[in-house]
Amino acid sequence: MRYVLDLGGLGQLLAALRQRGFRLIGPVVADGAICYGEITSAADLPAGWTDEQDGGTYRLKRRDDGALFGYNVGPQSPKKYLFPASATLWRSHPPGTADTDDEKPFAFIGVRSCELHAIAVQDRVFLGGQHPDPLYAARRDGAFIVAVNCGQAARTCFCVSMSAGPKADAGFDLALTELTGEGGHRFLAETGTPRGEEVIADTPGAQPASPRDATAADQIIERTAAQMGRAMPAVDLRDLLYGNLEHPRWDDVAARCLTCGNCTMACPTCFCFSVEDVTDLAGRAAERNRSWDSCFTLDHSYIHGGPVRTSARSRYRQWMTHKLATWTGQFGTSGCVGCGRCITWCPAGIDITEEVAAIAADT
Amino acid sequence: MTTPKPTLAVWKFASCDGCQLTLLNCEDELLQIAGQLQIANFPEASSQVIEGPYDVSLVEGSITTPGDAERIRRVRRQSRILITIGACATSGGIQALRNFSGDLAPLVYASPQYIDSLRTSTAIAEHVQADFELRGCPIGKHQLLEVIAALLSHRRPNVRGHSVCIECKRAGLSCVMVAHGTPCLGPVTQAGCGAICPAYHRGCYGCFGPMETPNTKALAARWRELGATDQAVHRAFRTFTAAAEPFRKEADAHDAR
Repeated sequence: MRYVLDLGGLGQLLAALRQRGFRLIGPVVADGAICYGEITSAADLPAGWTDEQDGGTYRLKRRDDGALFGYNVGPQSPKKYLFPASATLWRSHPPGTADTDDEKPFAFIGVRSCELHAIAVQDRVFLGGQHPDPLYAARRDGAFIVAVNCGQAARTCFCVSMSAGPKADAGFDLALTELTGEGGHRFLAETGTPRGEEVIADTPGAQPASPRDATAADQIIERTAAQMGRAMPAVDLRDLLYGNLEHPRWDDVAARCLTCGNCTMACPTCFCFSVEDVTDLAGRAAERNRSWDSCFTLDHSYIHGGPVRTSARSRYRQWMTHKLATWTGQFGTSGCVGCGRCITWCPAGIDITEEVAAIAADT
Repeated sequence: MTTPKPTLAVWKFASCDGCQLTLLNCEDELLQIAGQLQIANFPEASSQVIEGPYDVSLVEGSITTPGDAERIRRVRRQSRILITIGACATSGGIQALRNFSGDLAPLVYASPQYIDSLRTSTAIAEHVQADFELRGCPIGKHQLLEVIAALLSHRRPNVRGHSVCIECKRAGLSCVMVAHGTPCLGPVTQAGCGAICPAYHRGCYGCFGPMETPNTKALAARWRELGATDQAVHRAFRTFTAAAEPFRKEADAHDAR
């Protein structure tokens, strides 16, 4: 069922979610970028902000239509909350002290199609198989997702070529399309789950959408799809990468790669972590912490005697081959959703689609 | 009867004392350290000195005089475990800038003949074996406490050699190079400071020295694209850890002289 809400209606929707005990996480302007942060109302959303992106560059810009979701994906993704950068797995403590952990469930606002696909990828990684990750499960369980269909694509976007967008097709409770043209600033809302339906029912400002609004929303999504700044070459990536493990392009990219790990930190599907045991000075308390790790660090491939992947060439190849090829054998999907973060947030501007194209062109 | 506490000595070579101050600034934790270790020789904190040998020595500063080159050998002989702390001790420090210029003593001192110093400032590990090197200018309190706690419980310290970028992103910060166009040494610098400069929208100054696999050439090329002059690149690599080999070489490659 499709509904239409104005700005007041969106405010009611967020209030209805808070009323139901959700912790609202949405887009906020921070650090010169549109990041994910805690919000309390629609007033916290980045009204009138957008961004320009390209390899190794991101600039926050103003836009004159007051759009709340008129930006492309930023440096962060819901991974920040579902798989936090640092977490304590367990702690032993002296008698008389105890941990409390009764976080409210998350409601993510403004999640893009590529991010929905990324969440689905991480669901398979952390919840699929015989040993679900309890920390991820606790954060993922009951999370409410308000998706937003992208009204524009960045120069670094390539979700169409990864079959991951720009239209939210699954994995949301509600999906909004922001309309700012003729007919006023409003949102077309599509329900994805009975829970989404219930929340809309608690939003007095939500009215059934007219065919005209529905058509306008469809046109916006079509336009975005046509705007993709990049595309993953349409080749069999597994055949290509498995057949080119010694391609000279790996040396070429290694000369540019900083092995800093930014691509893996920004990637919404990268799931590697390291686990460290920490003790206090008195030896009375101990804890086991896990934090985001990266296949670009030496410790990532450290086994008895030393690291296996000592060269930048071997580490970049490992990252890209895993992301685009071995991931499929491991988890049944690609590890890439075409969000373009690894391109924008690489300080050296290395472009995964260009690297694939270079190998494909010379094979 | 309880076993005696391990003894701790803190030594100063050519340095500004900032790393020793990091230890003094631990405050509450300093009392805990004193509860676990006998602070036997730490002139900056107490004039009471207990004779060696010592279980653990923390060594601050670089070797800049013939006398210090001798003294560090005596310190090593008296120390079961020797840990170097800070940029001076681990790479020669800011005073290693002298390694790249002519004799400066006549410019600074009226009677340079009284100055008995070496031509270079060098890291402690170039003279004696260091069992662990803790980076930073100055070192970080949390890393220092981690090294001491690890030592006390006979485990490996959780001190990693990866880039500042990883702790910057873990902290939820946006990249200052990408989002602001601000040149930053984070991608080639070892983590440990908590990405303090990017947290204040400044580029990293490289206080913790080169990370495990620094691609300084690629970073310098990016700095040039962002508008930094060759001289700016040269100067950026020639600061607190100027004598660390990857930074020394990159600075040389952009030396306009």
